[in-house]
Amino acid sequence: MAVRGIEARGGRRNGLAFLYDARVRAICYQVLTVLLFLLAVGYLAHNTLQNLATRGIASGFKFLYQPTGFGLAMSLLPYDELSSYGRSYLVGVLNTLLVASLGVVLATLLGFLVGIARLSNNWLLSRLAGMYVELVRNVPLLLQILLLYFGVLQTLPSLRESLSIGGVVFLNIRGVFAPAPILQSGFAAIPIAFAVAVAASFWIWRWARRRQRETGQPFQTGWAAAALLLGLPAVAALLTGMPVSFEYPVLQGFNFQGGFVIIPEFVALLAALVLYTAAFIGEVVRAGILAVSHGQTEAARSLGLGDGQTLRLVVIPQALRVIVPPLTSQYLNLTKNSSLAAAVGFPDVVQIFSGTVLNQTGQAIECVAMVMLVYFTISLSISFFMNWYNRRIALVER
Amino acid sequence: MATASDIDRPAAGEFRPKPDQPPPALSVGPLAWVKRNLFGSRFDSLLTLACLAALYYLVPAVWRWAVAEATFVGDSREACAPNPGACWVFVNVRIEQFIYGFYPQAERWRANVVVLLGLGSLTYALSEAMPWRKWVALFLILPYPVLAYILLLGGMFGLPPVETRLWGGLLLTLIIASVGISASLPLGIALALGRRSKMPVIQLLSIGFIEFVRAVPLITVLFMASVVLPLFLPPGSNFDQLLRALIGVSLFAAAYMAEVVRGGLQAVPKGQTEAAAALGLGYWSTMRLIVLPQALRYVIPAIVSNFIGLFKDTTLVLIIGLSDLLQMVKLATTDSKWIGLATEGYAFAGAVFFVFCFGMSRYSLYLERKLGTGYRR
Repeated sequence: MAVRGIEARGGRRNGLAFLYDARVRAICYQVLTVLLFLLAVGYLAHNTLQNLATRGIASGFKFLYQPTGFGLAMSLLPYDELSSYGRSYLVGVLNTLLVASLGVVLATLLGFLVGIARLSNNWLLSRLAGMYVELVRNVPLLLQILLLYFGVLQTLPSLRESLSIGGVVFLNIRGVFAPAPILQSGFAAIPIAFAVAVAASFWIWRWARRRQRETGQPFQTGWAAAALLLGLPAVAALLTGMPVSFEYPVLQGFNFQGGFVIIPEFVALLAALVLYTAAFIGEVVRAGILAVSHGQTEAARSLGLGDGQTLRLVVIPQALRVIVPPLTSQYLNLTKNSSLAAAVGFPDVVQIFSGTVLNQTGQAIECVAMVMLVYFTISLSISFFMNWYNRRIALVER
Repeated sequence: MATASDIDRPAAGEFRPKPDQPPPALSVGPLAWVKRNLFGSRFDSLLTLACLAALYYLVPAVWRWAVAEATFVGDSREACAPNPGACWVFVNVRIEQFIYGFYPQAERWRANVVVLLGLGSLTYALSEAMPWRKWVALFLILPYPVLAYILLLGGMFGLPPVETRLWGGLLLTLIIASVGISASLPLGIALALGRRSKMPVIQLLSIGFIEFVRAVPLITVLFMASVVLPLFLPPGSNFDQLLRALIGVSLFAAAYMAEVVRGGLQAVPKGQTEAAAALGLGYWSTMRLIVLPQALRYVIPAIVSNFIGLFKDTTLVLIIGLSDLLQMVKLATTDSKWIGLATEGYAFAGAVFFVFCFGMSRYSLYLERKLGTGYRR
């Protein structure tokens, strides 16, 4: 590419020869680009300022301190109509993070199951998994969310005719109403017991690994850890006399009072996100497992490892190297797709800020920028974390 | 003449192997297949039984709902009353709106011409062994968009004008998807070349654009195009809502396309550019004649799957108020005469999207097989 014009043309040296120098040209192009870019930005900024002035729209972030005047269907923070726009932003961000993090965990679990099922020797299972993947991948996510919300959840019975599970959990068109746990004094013992169990499991895992390395004797770390993690908190709960009481939902007037409610918008969004992303993750997992050479499986079998052990100890660790990069982009997709909440009215950051707040204040640039900032930050953090993880598990070669 | 028994009787001292035993009943034939593929182990058998149970409950239920107990003919809600299954009458009655949106009835032939001509010449150009394929492809790239624009919008050559806010349904979905696809490919190639450019300013601008767009959801880009873009333009200029959406979708798709093309560019060995330079080709000739043909060939399957994603993403325009297929279905289900038929409506829309996307994905698989022959060992 970098053909030096002067030398190539046998020393033709007139006054304009420097124009044939690739370096000079590159600088000219770049200066031109910068000028054009600045000109465009300046032009747009000029227009924007004029438009804002003629439409009488304020600019700046003062509006964040004003009260919103609207309520929200779901909030992890205390929030009411008198809360500020800034607080509604926080509520929206938290709701987005909640959907995204639950979605990532559930979609990963389901996706690994689907990917392994597609590779199963069981003909029926692999065909069913394949049909699921093809069906879900070829239908828009937004349509699936709307179908789940309007086609399934909105056809649930009304408040008066709620489906009840043992008179404790109620299911109706307004969502799932379940008993809410109320913590009492002495409850702290349970999380402490859990933390002790986690530490003990970790210690057992290290001990078992060392013992296997030295003596070759395996140890059922999984069972031991499960027993500890479930058992210790249970013992603690028994010893302190069950320091948790439950507040049951009761139908009063036009709605259930008390208890814990999961709104249908949340269920529709989360379920659709998980089902959709799991199909993609399933394909990623399948490709990763297929990328592990068959010789590895055969070698594992010849060492006497069983099916499960081969998968767990030989195939998956190697497949993960192939799986992690595309898995990261699926996580990012899920997070970005959670913005489809706007379609069913789940109060995530897009629905609150690009919708209601933008309409009320008219401060389009600030609102859209603040929403974009959220996704920008989440995307960057997920990719930083996954890059770190990817480096950690990457093949170390000479 | 010797009888059979004479031949079968071995002579004294001669070795005669016994005739082969038939294979065990469970190692050949359909039963063996069933045993190997469905009941290979105890766990496998459990899985198979669970799958069969699920199918036993699911398949008849879906069949009863969608076909056996469904209503197909009629013109009102009442026609569906006697049957407990799906009410396809709803889709039947609304089908024209689902396809054309609010496009005036008298002018729908124009939409038909545009869509059929487009799909027809696309199929022709893509099928091999057809004469003059190149010319059909050229027609699709150059005169066809102009023709489609004139026919759909009207206001010229005696055609009555049809405003873009009346466009809708499957027609609008196809328009947005095809504009997005045809704009994102050249834009994406330009961005990918910019990202690999040796000039730092151009590289920086390309990376900045690509990474920024890829980090945010399409909805926010559409909101940006819908509410922020008008603020950027000189006061008093009126800007078509559809055009805003098209700009948003195209820029968004271009950033993703750029990353796919970049993958292809990286796969072309450096020797190719060096050989081109040795032949005296400049940057643009090298890219046009040597690098891009190879790079794009590597990533055709990825490009098609990008197109599928774009096609599905067109549904998002309903959030900024355009009436694409999904929005028309959504509107129809909220009609008080047809309330409670959301499942039928969305199932229909889902089937339409499935046909398009599944078709594209099969085509991409076919291309992968066809193009892979030269590289596969």
